[in-house]
Amino acid sequence: MSSHGTTLRLRALSKRYRTGDLALDRVDLDVPAGQVMALIGPSGAGKSTLIRCVNRLVEPTSGSIVLGSTDITGLTPRGLRRARQRMGMIFQEYALVERLTVMENVLSGQLGSVGFWRSYFRRFPEATVRQAFAMLERVGLSDHIDKRADALSGGQRQRVGIARALVQNPEILLVDEPTASLDPKTSRQIMRLVCELCAEHGLAAVINIHDVQLAQLFVQRIVGLRAGRVVFDGPPGELNADVLTEIYGEEDWTASLGGKQAASSAQAALEVEEERLAGLT
Amino acid sequence: MRAVERNESVIWRRRAPKAELVRFAGWFALATLTVFCFQVMTRDTVWSFLLDAHIQAADLGSRMFPPNWGYIDKLWWPLWETLNIATLGTFLAILFGVPVAFLAARNTTPSTTFVRPVAMFFIVASRSINSIIWALVLVSIIGPGALAGIIAIALRSIGFIGKLLYEAIEEIDTAQVEAIRATGASRAQVLVYGIWPQVRPAFAGISVFRWDINIRESTVLGLVGGGGIGLQLQASLNVLAWPQVTLIFLVILLTVVISEWVSAKVRHAYI
Repeated sequence: MSSHGTTLRLRALSKRYRTGDLALDRVDLDVPAGQVMALIGPSGAGKSTLIRCVNRLVEPTSGSIVLGSTDITGLTPRGLRRARQRMGMIFQEYALVERLTVMENVLSGQLGSVGFWRSYFRRFPEATVRQAFAMLERVGLSDHIDKRADALSGGQRQRVGIARALVQNPEILLVDEPTASLDPKTSRQIMRLVCELCAEHGLAAVINIHDVQLAQLFVQRIVGLRAGRVVFDGPPGELNADVLTEIYGEEDWTASLGGKQAASSAQAALEVEEERLAGLT
Repeated sequence: MRAVERNESVIWRRRAPKAELVRFAGWFALATLTVFCFQVMTRDTVWSFLLDAHIQAADLGSRMFPPNWGYIDKLWWPLWETLNIATLGTFLAILFGVPVAFLAARNTTPSTTFVRPVAMFFIVASRSINSIIWALVLVSIIGPGALAGIIAIALRSIGFIGKLLYEAIEEIDTAQVEAIRATGASRAQVLVYGIWPQVRPAFAGISVFRWDINIRESTVLGLVGGGGIGLQLQASLNVLAWPQVTLIFLVILLTVVISEWVSAKVRHAYI
Protein backbone atom coordinates (compact mmCIF):
# COMPACT_ATOMS: atom_id res chain seq x y z
CA MET A 1 0.00 0.00 0.00
CA SER A 2 1.34 3.42 -0.85
CA SER A 3 1.96 5.92 1.89
CA HIS A 4 0.19 8.62 -0.12
CA GLY A 5 -3.49 9.40 -0.17
CA THR A 6 -6.05 9.35 2.57
CA THR A 7 -7.19 6.15 4.23
CA LEU A 8 -10.00 7.57 6.32
CA ARG A 9 -11.98 10.75 5.78
CA LEU A 10 -14.66 11.95 8.21
CA ARG A 11 -16.89 14.87 7.23
CA ALA A 12 -19.31 16.61 9.63
CA LEU A 13 -19.69 13.36 11.54
CA SER A 14 -22.29 13.68 14.30
CA LYS A 15 -23.76 11.19 16.70
CA ARG A 16 -26.66 11.89 19.01
CA TYR A 17 -27.64 9.00 21.28
CA ARG A 18 -31.27 8.22 21.96
CA THR A 19 -30.78 9.66 25.45
CA GLY A 20 -30.21 13.03 23.76
CA ASP A 21 -26.46 13.20 24.44
CA LEU A 22 -24.53 14.69 21.56
CA ALA A 23 -21.41 12.49 21.52
CA LEU A 24 -19.91 13.79 18.28
CA ASP A 25 -20.51 17.29 16.95
CA ARG A 26 -19.67 17.74 13.23
CA VAL A 27 -16.22 16.17 13.38
CA ASP A 28 -13.95 16.59 10.34
CA LEU A 29 -10.90 14.37 10.29
CA ASP A 30 -8.50 12.96 7.71
CA VAL A 31 -6.17 10.09 8.45
CA PRO A 32 -3.50 9.71 5.75
CA ALA A 33 -2.34 6.24 4.75
CA GLY A 34 0.22 4.82 7.16
CA GLN A 35 -0.31 7.45 9.83
CA VAL A 36 -0.62 6.42 13.47
CA MET A 37 -2.85 8.89 15.22
CA ALA A 38 -3.80 9.13 18.87
CA LEU A 39 -7.19 10.40 19.95
CA ILE A 40 -7.10 11.88 23.44
CA GLY A 41 -9.75 13.52 25.55
CA PRO A 42 -11.64 13.15 28.83
CA SER A 43 -14.06 10.29 29.45
CA GLY A 44 -17.29 10.98 27.59
CA ALA A 45 -15.61 13.21 24.98
CA GLY A 46 -16.73 10.84 22.22
CA LYS A 47 -13.48 8.97 21.50
CA SER A 48 -15.08 5.52 21.63
CA THR A 49 -18.12 6.73 19.73
CA LEU A 50 -15.91 8.10 16.95
CA ILE A 51 -14.06 4.81 16.52
CA ARG A 52 -17.27 2.78 16.65
CA CYS A 53 -18.94 5.01 14.08
CA VAL A 54 -16.16 4.21 11.63
CA ASN A 55 -17.04 0.49 11.53
CA ARG A 56 -20.66 1.25 12.40
CA LEU A 57 -20.85 -0.70 15.60
CA VAL A 58 -22.51 2.61 16.47
CA GLU A 59 -24.72 4.13 13.77
CA PRO A 60 -23.74 7.75 13.07
CA THR A 61 -26.58 10.29 13.07
CA SER A 62 -25.26 12.40 10.19
CA GLY A 63 -22.14 13.15 8.23
CA SER A 64 -19.99 10.92 6.06
CA ILE A 65 -17.23 8.36 6.60
CA VAL A 66 -15.10 7.39 3.63
CA LEU A 67 -12.59 4.54 3.80
CA GLY A 68 -10.34 4.59 0.75
CA SER A 69 -13.02 5.30 -1.82
CA THR A 70 -15.90 3.54 -0.04
CA ASP A 71 -18.61 5.58 1.63
CA ILE A 72 -19.22 3.58 4.81
CA THR A 73 -22.43 5.36 5.82
CA GLY A 74 -24.46 4.27 2.80
CA LEU A 75 -23.60 0.58 2.70
CA THR A 76 -25.92 -2.40 2.53
CA PRO A 77 -25.44 -5.02 5.28
CA ARG A 78 -23.33 -7.14 2.91
CA GLY A 79 -21.28 -4.13 1.83
CA LEU A 80 -20.78 -3.15 5.47
CA ARG A 81 -19.44 -6.61 6.30
CA ARG A 82 -16.98 -6.32 3.43
CA ALA A 83 -15.91 -2.86 4.61
CA ARG A 84 -15.47 -4.12 8.18
CA GLN A 85 -12.97 -6.67 6.89
CA ARG A 86 -10.81 -3.74 5.86
CA MET A 87 -10.77 -2.31 9.40
CA GLY A 88 -9.13 -4.17 12.25
CA MET A 89 -10.39 -3.34 15.73
CA ILE A 90 -8.56 -3.74 19.02
CA PHE A 91 -10.51 -3.39 22.26
CA GLN A 92 -10.00 -2.09 25.77
CA GLU A 93 -10.89 -5.28 27.63
CA TYR A 94 -9.45 -7.37 24.78
CA ALA A 95 -12.94 -8.66 23.84
CA LEU A 96 -11.60 -12.11 23.05
CA VAL A 97 -14.09 -14.94 22.95
CA GLU A 98 -13.05 -16.30 26.32
CA ARG A 99 -14.00 -19.94 25.77
CA LEU A 100 -12.34 -20.28 22.39
CA THR A 101 -8.66 -21.06 21.98
CA VAL A 102 -6.03 -18.51 21.04
CA MET A 103 -5.91 -19.90 17.50
CA GLU A 104 -9.70 -19.81 17.09
CA ASN A 105 -9.71 -16.21 18.27
CA VAL A 106 -7.02 -15.22 15.78
CA LEU A 107 -8.70 -17.08 12.92
CA SER A 108 -11.98 -15.34 13.71
CA GLY A 109 -10.37 -12.26 12.16
CA GLN A 110 -10.92 -13.94 8.79
CA LEU A 111 -14.61 -14.78 9.32
CA GLY A 112 -15.64 -12.17 6.79
CA SER A 113 -13.93 -14.00 3.94
CA VAL A 114 -14.83 -17.57 4.90
CA GLY A 115 -18.19 -19.23 4.34
CA PHE A 116 -20.43 -20.24 7.23
CA TRP A 117 -19.89 -24.01 7.18
CA ARG A 118 -16.14 -23.72 6.70
CA SER A 119 -15.95 -21.42 9.72
CA TYR A 120 -18.36 -23.65 11.69
CA PHE A 121 -16.09 -26.69 11.20
CA ARG A 122 -12.97 -24.53 11.65
CA ARG A 123 -11.79 -25.45 8.13
CA PHE A 124 -10.02 -22.20 7.35
CA PRO A 125 -8.00 -21.89 4.11
CA GLU A 126 -4.41 -23.02 4.45
CA ALA A 127 -3.06 -19.55 3.66
CA THR A 128 -5.13 -18.05 6.49
CA VAL A 129 -3.91 -20.67 8.96
CA ARG A 130 -0.31 -20.09 7.91
CA GLN A 131 -0.78 -16.35 8.33
CA ALA A 132 -2.31 -16.88 11.77
CA PHE A 133 0.69 -18.97 12.85
CA ALA A 134 3.08 -16.31 11.56
CA MET A 135 1.15 -13.56 13.32
CA LEU A 136 1.11 -15.45 16.61
CA GLU A 137 4.85 -15.89 16.33
CA ARG A 138 5.25 -12.17 15.56
CA VAL A 139 3.36 -11.17 18.73
CA GLY A 140 5.24 -13.75 20.78
CA LEU A 141 2.48 -16.27 21.52
CA SER A 142 3.71 -19.35 19.68
CA ASP A 143 3.67 -21.37 22.90
CA HIS A 144 0.04 -20.58 23.72
CA ILE A 145 -1.75 -21.46 20.48
CA ASP A 146 -4.06 -24.12 21.91
CA LYS A 147 -4.74 -22.45 25.25
CA ARG A 148 -8.15 -21.03 25.95
CA ALA A 149 -8.18 -17.24 25.83
CA ASP A 150 -9.29 -16.97 29.46
CA ALA A 151 -6.14 -18.79 30.57
CA LEU A 152 -3.89 -15.92 29.43
CA SER A 153 -2.63 -12.82 31.25
CA GLY A 154 -3.80 -9.33 30.28
CA GLY A 155 -0.81 -8.53 28.08
CA GLN A 156 -1.02 -11.89 26.34
CA ARG A 157 -4.74 -11.42 25.71
CA GLN A 158 -4.16 -8.05 24.13
CA ARG A 159 -1.54 -9.64 21.87
CA VAL A 160 -4.18 -12.13 20.73
CA GLY A 161 -6.50 -9.18 20.08
CA ILE A 162 -3.78 -7.53 17.99
CA ALA A 163 -3.13 -10.73 16.04
CA ARG A 164 -6.88 -11.11 15.37
CA ALA A 165 -7.07 -7.58 13.99
CA LEU A 166 -4.01 -8.03 11.77
CA VAL A 167 -5.06 -11.39 10.34
CA GLN A 168 -7.88 -9.41 8.69
CA ASN A 169 -5.21 -7.74 6.46
CA PRO A 170 -6.84 -4.39 7.22
CA GLU A 171 -6.10 -0.97 5.79
CA ILE A 172 -6.62 0.75 9.11
CA LEU A 173 -6.57 -0.23 12.78
CA LEU A 174 -9.22 1.11 15.12
CA VAL A 175 -7.78 0.84 18.60
CA ASP A 176 -9.99 1.56 21.62
CA GLU A 177 -8.03 2.15 24.84
CA PRO A 178 -5.56 -0.70 24.24
CA THR A 179 -3.70 -0.19 27.51
CA ALA A 180 -6.43 0.83 29.94
CA SER A 181 -6.44 -2.55 31.72
CA LEU A 182 -2.68 -3.13 31.65
CA ASP A 183 0.22 -2.28 33.95
CA PRO A 184 2.65 0.49 32.88
CA LYS A 185 5.32 -1.80 31.48
CA THR A 186 2.90 -4.01 29.54
CA SER A 187 1.15 -0.85 28.29
CA ARG A 188 4.37 0.33 26.71
CA GLN A 189 5.08 -3.06 25.17
CA ILE A 190 1.60 -3.21 23.68
CA MET A 191 1.78 0.34 22.31
CA ARG A 192 5.20 -0.37 20.85
CA LEU A 193 3.94 -3.58 19.25
CA VAL A 194 0.91 -1.86 17.71
CA CYS A 195 3.04 0.96 16.29
CA GLU A 196 5.71 -1.41 14.98
CA LEU A 197 3.09 -3.55 13.24
CA CYS A 198 1.53 -0.46 11.68
CA ALA A 199 4.93 0.51 10.31
CA GLU A 200 5.63 -3.03 9.06
CA HIS A 201 2.32 -3.28 7.21
CA GLY A 202 1.97 0.36 6.21
CA LEU A 203 -1.22 0.62 8.28
CA ALA A 204 -2.99 3.73 9.41
CA ALA A 205 -4.29 3.65 12.98
CA VAL A 206 -6.63 5.62 15.20
CA ILE A 207 -5.75 4.93 18.82
CA ASN A 208 -8.00 6.09 21.67
CA ILE A 209 -5.85 6.56 24.70
CA HIS A 210 -6.06 8.10 28.15
CA ASP A 211 -2.33 8.13 28.83
CA VAL A 212 -1.07 11.33 27.19
CA GLN A 213 2.58 10.55 27.88
CA LEU A 214 2.33 7.12 26.32
CA ALA A 215 0.65 8.63 23.26
CA GLN A 216 3.41 11.22 22.90
CA LEU A 217 6.06 8.52 23.00
CA PHE A 218 4.70 6.47 20.14
CA VAL A 219 2.44 8.34 17.72
CA GLN A 220 3.00 10.83 14.91
CA ARG A 221 -0.11 12.91 15.45
CA ILE A 222 -2.41 13.73 18.31
CA VAL A 223 -6.03 14.80 18.05
CA GLY A 224 -7.75 16.18 21.13
CA LEU A 225 -11.48 15.74 21.52
CA ARG A 226 -13.66 17.59 23.98
CA ALA A 227 -17.44 17.29 24.17
CA GLY A 228 -17.56 15.75 20.71
CA ARG A 229 -15.44 18.41 18.99
CA VAL A 230 -11.86 18.43 17.76
CA VAL A 231 -10.05 21.05 19.86
CA PHE A 232 -6.46 20.09 19.03
CA ASP A 233 -4.78 18.53 16.03
CA GLY A 234 -1.01 18.47 15.75
CA PRO A 235 2.27 16.67 16.35
CA PRO A 236 3.02 15.39 19.88
CA GLY A 237 5.63 18.11 20.39
CA GLU A 238 3.00 20.86 20.20
CA LEU A 239 1.13 19.52 23.20
CA ASN A 240 1.57 21.97 26.10
CA ALA A 241 -0.18 22.89 29.34
CA ASP A 242 -2.55 25.28 27.56
CA VAL A 243 -3.60 22.64 25.09
CA LEU A 244 -4.16 20.04 27.80
CA THR A 245 -6.23 22.56 29.73
CA GLU A 246 -8.24 23.17 26.56
CA ILE A 247 -8.88 19.43 26.20
CA TYR A 248 -9.29 18.25 29.76
CA GLY A 249 -9.87 21.41 31.84
CA GLU A 250 -7.80 23.20 34.46
CA GLU A 251 -5.07 21.15 36.16
CA ASP A 252 -1.34 21.28 36.89
CA TRP A 253 0.04 19.64 33.76
CA THR A 254 3.79 19.99 34.30
CA ALA A 255 4.29 16.37 35.34
CA SER A 256 2.50 14.81 32.39
CA LEU A 257 4.08 16.77 29.56
CA GLY A 258 6.44 14.83 27.38
CA GLY A 259 9.35 17.29 27.37
CA LYS A 260 12.85 15.94 27.74
CA GLN A 261 12.72 16.23 31.52
CA ALA A 262 9.33 14.59 31.89
CA ALA A 263 10.27 11.77 29.51
CA SER A 264 13.45 10.98 31.40
CA SER A 265 11.63 10.97 34.73
CA ALA A 266 9.11 8.58 33.21
CA GLN A 267 12.00 6.40 32.12
CA ALA A 268 13.39 6.52 35.67
CA ALA A 269 10.00 5.56 37.05
CA LEU A 270 9.89 2.62 34.69
CA GLU A 271 13.33 1.46 35.77
CA VAL A 272 12.23 1.64 39.40
CA GLU A 273 9.21 -0.43 38.48
CA GLU A 274 11.41 -3.02 36.77
CA GLU A 275 13.69 -3.22 39.78
CA ARG A 276 10.70 -3.71 42.04
CA LEU A 277 9.44 -6.53 39.85
CA ALA A 278 12.89 -8.08 39.75
CA GLY A 279 13.03 -7.92 43.52
CA LEU A 280 9.75 -9.78 43.76
CA THR A 281 10.86 -12.74 41.70
CA MET B 1 -35.60 10.42 59.53
CA ARG B 2 -33.38 7.73 60.90
CA ALA B 3 -31.11 9.63 63.21
CA VAL B 4 -32.89 11.03 66.27
CA GLU B 5 -31.41 13.54 68.64
CA ARG B 6 -32.20 12.83 72.25
CA ASN B 7 -30.55 14.31 75.32
CA GLU B 8 -27.83 15.83 73.15
CA SER B 9 -26.75 12.44 71.85
CA VAL B 10 -27.62 11.12 68.42
CA ILE B 11 -29.49 7.84 68.33
CA TRP B 12 -29.54 5.83 65.13
CA ARG B 13 -32.26 3.35 64.33
CA ARG B 14 -32.54 1.17 61.25
CA ARG B 15 -36.06 2.42 60.59
CA ALA B 16 -38.18 5.39 61.59
CA PRO B 17 -40.75 4.59 64.36
CA LYS B 18 -43.65 4.77 61.91
CA ALA B 19 -42.01 2.30 59.47
CA GLU B 20 -41.30 0.01 62.41
CA LEU B 21 -45.02 0.03 63.34
CA VAL B 22 -46.08 -0.72 59.77
CA ARG B 23 -43.72 -3.67 59.59
CA PHE B 24 -45.00 -5.05 62.88
CA ALA B 25 -48.59 -4.74 61.65
CA GLY B 26 -47.62 -6.62 58.50
CA TRP B 27 -46.08 -9.55 60.37
CA PHE B 28 -49.03 -9.64 62.79
CA ALA B 29 -51.49 -9.84 59.87
CA LEU B 30 -49.47 -12.69 58.35
CA ALA B 31 -49.51 -14.65 61.61
CA THR B 32 -53.28 -14.13 61.96
CA LEU B 33 -53.83 -15.31 58.39
CA THR B 34 -51.77 -18.45 59.05
CA VAL B 35 -53.86 -19.37 62.09
CA PHE B 36 -57.09 -18.74 60.17
CA CYS B 37 -55.95 -20.83 57.20
CA PHE B 38 -54.99 -23.72 59.45
CA GLN B 39 -58.51 -23.72 60.87
CA VAL B 40 -60.10 -23.77 57.39
CA MET B 41 -57.72 -26.50 56.32
CA THR B 42 -58.46 -28.84 59.19
CA ARG B 43 -62.23 -28.21 59.44
CA ASP B 44 -63.09 -31.54 57.79
CA THR B 45 -60.31 -33.57 59.32
CA VAL B 46 -61.51 -36.49 61.41
CA TRP B 47 -58.95 -36.48 64.18
CA SER B 48 -59.74 -40.01 65.29
CA PHE B 49 -58.40 -41.23 61.94
CA LEU B 50 -55.20 -39.36 62.56
CA LEU B 51 -54.80 -40.94 65.97
CA ASP B 52 -54.10 -44.39 64.59
CA ALA B 53 -52.17 -43.13 61.54
CA HIS B 54 -48.94 -44.60 62.87
CA ILE B 55 -50.59 -47.99 63.18
CA GLN B 56 -51.87 -47.81 59.62
CA ALA B 57 -48.43 -46.75 58.39
CA ALA B 58 -46.74 -49.60 60.25
CA ASP B 59 -49.30 -52.02 58.83
CA LEU B 60 -48.67 -50.84 55.25
CA GLY B 61 -44.95 -50.97 55.90
CA SER B 62 -45.14 -54.57 57.07
CA ARG B 63 -47.04 -55.51 53.92
CA MET B 64 -44.43 -53.72 51.73
CA PHE B 65 -41.46 -55.58 53.19
CA PRO B 66 -39.52 -57.47 52.18
CA PRO B 67 -39.46 -56.30 48.53
CA ASN B 68 -40.32 -58.91 45.92
CA TRP B 69 -36.82 -59.26 44.43
CA GLY B 70 -37.93 -61.85 41.88
CA TYR B 71 -40.14 -59.22 40.23
CA ILE B 72 -36.99 -57.46 38.93
CA ASP B 73 -37.00 -59.67 35.82
CA LYS B 74 -40.22 -58.01 34.72
CA LEU B 75 -38.82 -54.51 35.38
CA TRP B 76 -35.71 -54.43 33.16
CA TRP B 77 -37.59 -53.75 29.96
CA PRO B 78 -39.94 -51.05 31.39
CA LEU B 79 -36.93 -49.43 33.06
CA TRP B 80 -35.08 -49.34 29.74
CA GLU B 81 -38.18 -47.87 28.12
CA THR B 82 -38.39 -45.21 30.84
CA LEU B 83 -34.79 -44.16 30.26
CA ASN B 84 -35.42 -44.00 26.52
CA ILE B 85 -38.56 -41.91 26.95
CA ALA B 86 -36.62 -39.43 29.10
CA THR B 87 -33.58 -39.29 26.81
CA LEU B 88 -35.38 -39.11 23.47
CA GLY B 89 -37.87 -36.62 24.91
CA THR B 90 -34.99 -34.44 26.07
CA PHE B 91 -33.29 -34.62 22.65
CA LEU B 92 -36.52 -33.62 20.96
CA ALA B 93 -36.94 -30.74 23.40
CA ILE B 94 -33.38 -29.53 22.73
CA LEU B 95 -34.02 -29.67 18.99
CA PHE B 96 -36.97 -27.29 19.32
CA GLY B 97 -36.09 -25.46 22.55
CA VAL B 98 -32.74 -24.04 21.38
CA PRO B 99 -34.14 -22.21 18.33
CA VAL B 100 -37.06 -20.98 20.42
CA ALA B 101 -34.58 -19.62 23.00
CA PHE B 102 -32.65 -17.68 20.35
CA LEU B 103 -35.92 -16.29 18.99
CA ALA B 104 -37.00 -15.26 22.50
CA ALA B 105 -33.76 -13.67 23.71
CA ARG B 106 -33.91 -9.89 23.37
CA ASN B 107 -30.41 -9.68 21.90
CA THR B 108 -30.76 -12.40 19.26
CA THR B 109 -34.41 -12.30 18.21
CA PRO B 110 -35.03 -11.02 14.67
CA SER B 111 -37.91 -8.89 15.91
CA THR B 112 -38.87 -7.86 19.44
CA THR B 113 -42.36 -6.80 18.41
CA PHE B 114 -43.46 -9.90 16.51
CA VAL B 115 -41.18 -12.94 16.79
CA ARG B 116 -40.27 -12.56 20.47
CA PRO B 117 -43.88 -12.58 21.78
CA VAL B 118 -44.63 -15.68 19.69
CA ALA B 119 -41.56 -17.49 21.07
CA MET B 120 -42.48 -16.40 24.59
CA PHE B 121 -46.00 -17.75 24.09
CA PHE B 122 -44.62 -21.16 23.11
CA ILE B 123 -42.38 -21.17 26.16
CA VAL B 124 -45.17 -20.22 28.56
CA ALA B 125 -47.69 -22.62 26.97
CA SER B 126 -45.22 -25.50 27.19
CA ARG B 127 -44.26 -24.74 30.78
CA SER B 128 -47.78 -24.23 32.08
CA ILE B 129 -48.83 -27.84 31.43
CA ASN B 130 -47.29 -30.73 33.34
CA SER B 131 -45.90 -33.70 31.40
CA ILE B 132 -48.49 -36.04 32.87
CA ILE B 133 -51.29 -33.81 31.57
CA TRP B 134 -49.57 -33.64 28.16
CA ALA B 135 -49.37 -37.47 28.28
CA LEU B 136 -53.09 -37.76 29.11
CA VAL B 137 -53.95 -35.60 26.10
CA LEU B 138 -51.49 -37.38 23.79
CA VAL B 139 -52.60 -40.88 24.80
CA SER B 140 -56.10 -40.01 23.66
CA ILE B 141 -54.76 -38.58 20.39
CA ILE B 142 -52.05 -41.05 19.32
CA GLY B 143 -52.87 -43.95 21.60
CA PRO B 144 -51.00 -45.37 24.60
CA GLY B 145 -47.31 -46.29 24.51
CA ALA B 146 -43.81 -44.87 24.64
CA LEU B 147 -44.30 -42.46 21.72
CA ALA B 148 -46.96 -40.52 23.64
CA GLY B 149 -44.58 -40.42 26.61
CA ILE B 150 -41.67 -39.13 24.53
CA ILE B 151 -43.73 -36.34 23.00
CA ALA B 152 -45.25 -35.44 26.37
CA ILE B 153 -41.77 -35.13 27.90
CA ALA B 154 -40.57 -33.08 24.94
CA LEU B 155 -43.54 -30.70 24.98
CA ARG B 156 -43.05 -29.94 28.65
CA SER B 157 -39.25 -29.58 28.31
CA ILE B 158 -39.21 -27.17 25.34
CA GLY B 159 -40.45 -24.37 27.58
CA PHE B 160 -38.03 -25.22 30.37
CA ILE B 161 -34.99 -25.33 28.09
CA GLY B 162 -36.22 -22.34 26.10
CA LYS B 163 -36.73 -20.17 29.17
CA LEU B 164 -33.46 -20.95 30.97
CA LEU B 165 -31.43 -20.77 27.77
CA TYR B 166 -32.86 -17.46 26.60
CA GLU B 167 -32.09 -15.97 29.99
CA ALA B 168 -28.49 -17.20 29.63
CA ILE B 169 -28.31 -15.73 26.12
CA GLU B 170 -29.49 -12.34 27.38
CA GLU B 171 -26.71 -12.28 29.98
CA ILE B 172 -23.75 -12.76 27.62
CA ASP B 173 -20.85 -10.32 27.36
CA THR B 174 -21.64 -8.01 24.46
CA ALA B 175 -18.00 -6.98 23.95
CA GLN B 176 -17.11 -10.44 22.63
CA VAL B 177 -20.06 -10.32 20.23
CA GLU B 178 -19.07 -6.83 19.09
CA ALA B 179 -15.52 -7.99 18.41
CA ILE B 180 -16.76 -10.75 16.12
CA ARG B 181 -19.15 -8.36 14.36
CA ALA B 182 -16.26 -5.95 13.83
CA THR B 183 -14.37 -8.56 11.80
CA GLY B 184 -17.09 -8.50 9.13
CA ALA B 185 -18.67 -11.79 10.19
CA SER B 186 -22.21 -12.63 9.08
CA ARG B 187 -25.08 -12.98 11.58
CA ALA B 188 -24.78 -16.76 11.55
CA GLN B 189 -21.04 -16.55 12.17
CA VAL B 190 -21.54 -14.08 15.03
CA LEU B 191 -23.94 -16.63 16.53
CA VAL B 192 -21.45 -19.49 16.25
CA TYR B 193 -18.29 -17.58 17.25
CA GLY B 194 -19.48 -14.78 19.51
CA ILE B 195 -22.59 -16.08 21.25
CA TRP B 196 -22.58 -19.90 21.28
CA PRO B 197 -19.22 -20.32 23.09
CA GLN B 198 -20.58 -18.09 25.84
CA VAL B 199 -23.84 -20.00 26.37
CA ARG B 200 -22.48 -23.51 25.81
CA PRO B 201 -21.84 -24.23 29.51
CA ALA B 202 -25.33 -23.02 30.39
CA PHE B 203 -26.73 -25.14 27.56
CA ALA B 204 -24.96 -28.28 28.80
CA GLY B 205 -26.07 -27.63 32.39
CA ILE B 206 -29.70 -26.95 31.43
CA SER B 207 -29.90 -30.00 29.14
CA VAL B 208 -28.59 -32.55 31.63
CA PHE B 209 -30.62 -30.95 34.41
CA ARG B 210 -33.78 -31.36 32.32
CA TRP B 211 -32.79 -34.93 31.39
CA ASP B 212 -32.42 -35.63 35.09
CA ILE B 213 -35.90 -34.21 35.80
CA ASN B 214 -37.33 -36.09 32.81
CA ILE B 215 -36.15 -39.44 34.18
CA ARG B 216 -38.18 -38.79 37.32
CA GLU B 217 -41.19 -37.57 35.34
CA SER B 218 -41.11 -40.48 32.89
CA THR B 219 -41.43 -42.95 35.78
CA VAL B 220 -45.02 -41.85 36.36
CA LEU B 221 -46.13 -41.38 32.74
CA GLY B 222 -47.16 -45.06 32.69
CA LEU B 223 -49.93 -44.25 35.16
CA VAL B 224 -51.84 -42.58 32.32
CA GLY B 225 -50.67 -44.94 29.56
CA GLY B 226 -47.52 -43.09 28.48
CA GLY B 227 -45.28 -46.16 28.67
CA GLY B 228 -42.37 -47.02 30.94
CA ILE B 229 -42.10 -48.33 34.47
CA GLY B 230 -45.20 -46.41 35.59
CA LEU B 231 -47.33 -49.07 33.87
CA GLN B 232 -45.92 -51.75 36.19
CA LEU B 233 -46.41 -49.44 39.16
CA GLN B 234 -50.07 -48.97 38.33
CA ALA B 235 -50.60 -52.70 37.74
CA SER B 236 -48.97 -53.54 41.08
CA LEU B 237 -50.97 -50.89 42.93
CA ASN B 238 -54.22 -52.14 41.41
CA VAL B 239 -53.70 -55.67 42.74
CA LEU B 240 -52.29 -54.39 46.06
CA ALA B 241 -48.99 -56.18 45.38
CA TRP B 242 -47.09 -54.04 47.89
CA PRO B 243 -43.77 -55.94 47.79
CA GLN B 244 -43.64 -55.28 44.02
CA VAL B 245 -44.37 -51.58 44.60
CA THR B 246 -41.47 -51.44 47.05
CA LEU B 247 -39.12 -52.92 44.47
CA ILE B 248 -40.30 -50.40 41.84
CA PHE B 249 -39.65 -47.59 44.31
CA LEU B 250 -36.15 -48.88 44.96
CA VAL B 251 -35.40 -49.20 41.23
CA ILE B 252 -36.64 -45.65 40.58
CA LEU B 253 -34.59 -44.34 43.50
CA LEU B 254 -31.44 -46.00 42.19
CA THR B 255 -32.02 -44.71 38.64
CA VAL B 256 -32.52 -41.15 39.86
CA VAL B 257 -29.37 -41.32 42.00
CA ILE B 258 -27.36 -42.48 38.98
CA SER B 259 -28.83 -39.83 36.67
CA GLU B 260 -28.11 -37.19 39.29
CA TRP B 261 -24.49 -38.34 39.39
CA VAL B 262 -24.18 -38.29 35.60
CA SER B 263 -25.64 -34.79 35.29
CA ALA B 264 -23.33 -33.48 38.02
CA LYS B 265 -20.34 -34.92 36.11
CA VAL B 266 -21.44 -33.37 32.82
CA ARG B 267 -22.05 -29.97 34.39
CA HIS B 268 -18.64 -30.08 36.04
CA ALA B 269 -16.92 -30.98 32.77
CA TYR B 270 -18.43 -28.03 30.89
CA ILE B 271 -17.65 -25.10 33.18
